Amino acid sequence: MFARLTTTAAVLALSAGAAFAQQTDITIGMQLEPPNLDPTGGAAAAIDEVVYANVFEGLTRYNADGSISPALAETWDVSEDGLTYTFHLRDGVTFHDGTTMDAEDVKFSLDRARAEDSTNAQKALFAGIDTVEVVDPLTVEVTLSAPNSAFPTNMAWGDAVIVAPETAADAATNPVGTGPFMFDEWVKGDRVELVAYSDYWGEAPALDSATFKFISDPTAAFAAMMAGDIDAFPVYPAPETLAQFEADPRFEVIVGSTEGETILAMNNADEVLSDVRVREAIAHAIDRQEIIDGAMFGYGTPIGTHFAPHYPFYVDLTDQSDHDPEEARALLDEAGHGDGLTLSLKLPPPTYARRGGEIIAAQLREVGIDTEIENLEWAQWLEQVFRGKDFDLTIVSHTEPMDINIYARPDYYFQYDNPEFQALMDEIALATDEEERAALFEQAQRMIADDYVNGFLFQLARTGVANANIEGLWENAPTQANDLTGVRWTQ
Amino acid sequence: MLRFFLSRLLSLVLSLAVASLVIFTVIEVIPGDPAAFMLGLNAEPEAVAALRAELGLQGGYIDRYLGWIGGLLAGDFGTSYTYRVPVAELVAARLWVSLPLTLYALALSTLIAIPVGVVAAARRGGAADYGIMGATQLGIAVPNFWFAMLLVLVFAIKLAWFPSGGFPGWDQGLWPNLKALTLPAIALALPQASILARVMRSSLLETLGQDYIRTARAKGLSRQAAVLKHALRNALIPVMTILGLQFSFLLAGAIIIENVFFLPGLGRLIFQGITQRDLIVVESVVMLLVFAVILVTFLVDLAYAAVDPRLRRAR
Repeated sequence: MFARLTTTAAVLALSAGAAFAQQTDITIGMQLEPPNLDPTGGAAAAIDEVVYANVFEGLTRYNADGSISPALAETWDVSEDGLTYTFHLRDGVTFHDGTTMDAEDVKFSLDRARAEDSTNAQKALFAGIDTVEVVDPLTVEVTLSAPNSAFPTNMAWGDAVIVAPETAADAATNPVGTGPFMFDEWVKGDRVELVAYSDYWGEAPALDSATFKFISDPTAAFAAMMAGDIDAFPVYPAPETLAQFEADPRFEVIVGSTEGETILAMNNADEVLSDVRVREAIAHAIDRQEIIDGAMFGYGTPIGTHFAPHYPFYVDLTDQSDHDPEEARALLDEAGHGDGLTLSLKLPPPTYARRGGEIIAAQLREVGIDTEIENLEWAQWLEQVFRGKDFDLTIVSHTEPMDINIYARPDYYFQYDNPEFQALMDEIALATDEEERAALFEQAQRMIADDYVNGFLFQLARTGVANANIEGLWENAPTQANDLTGVRWTQ
Repeated sequence: MLRFFLSRLLSLVLSLAVASLVIFTVIEVIPGDPAAFMLGLNAEPEAVAALRAELGLQGGYIDRYLGWIGGLLAGDFGTSYTYRVPVAELVAARLWVSLPLTLYALALSTLIAIPVGVVAAARRGGAADYGIMGATQLGIAVPNFWFAMLLVLVFAIKLAWFPSGGFPGWDQGLWPNLKALTLPAIALALPQASILARVMRSSLLETLGQDYIRTARAKGLSRQAAVLKHALRNALIPVMTILGLQFSFLLAGAIIIENVFFLPGLGRLIFQGITQRDLIVVESVVMLLVFAVILVTFLVDLAYAAVDPRLRRAR
């Protein structure tokens, strides 16, 4: 109530022409409504986009630049053999219901995520944990079954946030975390409201309250931004109107990178596509820039392998699979498909897939490959393509950070089975030396590029629009989040 | 009368049973596993299996159908897979948006259509009639989502009189909500009013040609009095029929307008339920709508019979 009064006062003061009172509430637009608010029990990006870093925190956290920093764990030690992580928890952290966050909660959260009946969407993050021991109320010892240098990074995911045993079961509808904002209200189908938590352990945020409003229609999103009903739309769904916002001094257009490697995935176990010459031909048939311009309004960075360009380990391999229709035709001829080939192309709903798919179909036709396009809903796509592996080609963006290890899973939907690559991934997990890791990651990127496993298209851009007076919004999306801790109004 | 009532009741129950079977089959046939959808690309198969068990998705079709029907009969609509709250709660919240919006749109369309239709009929062949006929033609032809976008551009972005969309919730008071519903109601009302005005006009013209109107005029009643006192009442009957149809159409069919104005209405609940494979929500909401329509038909049947004794003996 108090927050609402001060907000109203601030608005009144502003409209009266007094610029000294800064606005302390914000309305964030999102295209999809989260199905629930429990990041430990669902994969929907929209869940993390509301609660990550705002309501829930983990032992570690992602920063805007993709680096990892301590969160609920102040520091941690790693044993000589790389098997034991000792996390020293921050003192004085409380959940929004007033109870203290301690080692028991950490043990509960990790054990719950890796339990047999766990419904955690990223259960693999916890697979390497052997035991979790409470040493004292502020110290937790995690023992892994094999060294894993990525463990602190894994603990930064939204799926690894710390929850309390008393409230975890209701997190879907009433999330109780340790973050700077606490859950206030959810008007289903319309908005989620958060208010600042006064007993937050860290620096108090500049905002008093935040509203996440769900607008699925791109045209409606445009209108809501223009009318000022929404202050910021971090993942703005109508890129064709961005130029209009750029020209308007009231708004700021924020273009950043995401963790989304968008690929033309190929069924490597298919009779025709198991021939590397055919896959290479398809790679050469693709003109990446044409897809980025035609489907993404010019936003996106071409990639030549399954790795995000903003990481220091990234190797630019786009030249290896450059646009070369002549080469593509020659390779197809050599593989015995000189007189044509027909492949299925199954497209999930996002625009990068639907618009991109049509452009790719035209590019493939130029080298003599006909495609049968089939548009699928997500649930159908998961059933047919992802689980059933009943496809030749599909387009999808893999939005998990550092997910090149999916190529080490022979039963993953594109069915790339290369023991050499699998051994390489095991080696990376064991490597703790940065330089060694960099060399191994480079080798991995080259290996899948050399095998032309998939058509590597572009890194999905994150294009957002915000009121020009807001600062502190994330530009890139190292993980799917709308971290509001550093967001403020400049006037 | 009792026999008639019972036979109608029996047909109501049979229709509901058949409808429930059709709904369940059609929806369960749609490919796509709700649990796999919720856990996404990186999920381990065992986590998906655990979620399926938690959602009660295991077991045969027949068991699940009987479980669903049993729940419905006991007034339990089930629990939404994705939102994890009772479906009844979701539907109730959505009805608080959809019902006022429907009534608002119907009120607007009636208030516009009836006077306009009467004027057109009274001035048959005149300039006003041609103007109204042209305008209503346009009103029917213009797609309502396009008209809605136009309204937003003018009244929300340019003039800032109304919000561009959204719904504050009734706890915020009457005025903000009425403001939020005005543009959507206008967008919904336009085509409905156009149809209604044309029905009003032709129905009134037909009544005006009846013998009793000629008699009334012959008795010395003015043309205006004949129209308003005698013809209008009788001419309203087809208008009421259309209005009834429009009500059930608007209640669940406003989905496009709900999208343009991002209103959390019933139509969007069904749409979201389908895309997220929240099957229990879709099944229960569709069943509820079917029940509403069948119930209205049943009541209308009874009302006809009450009015017209000949119907009671039929069949």
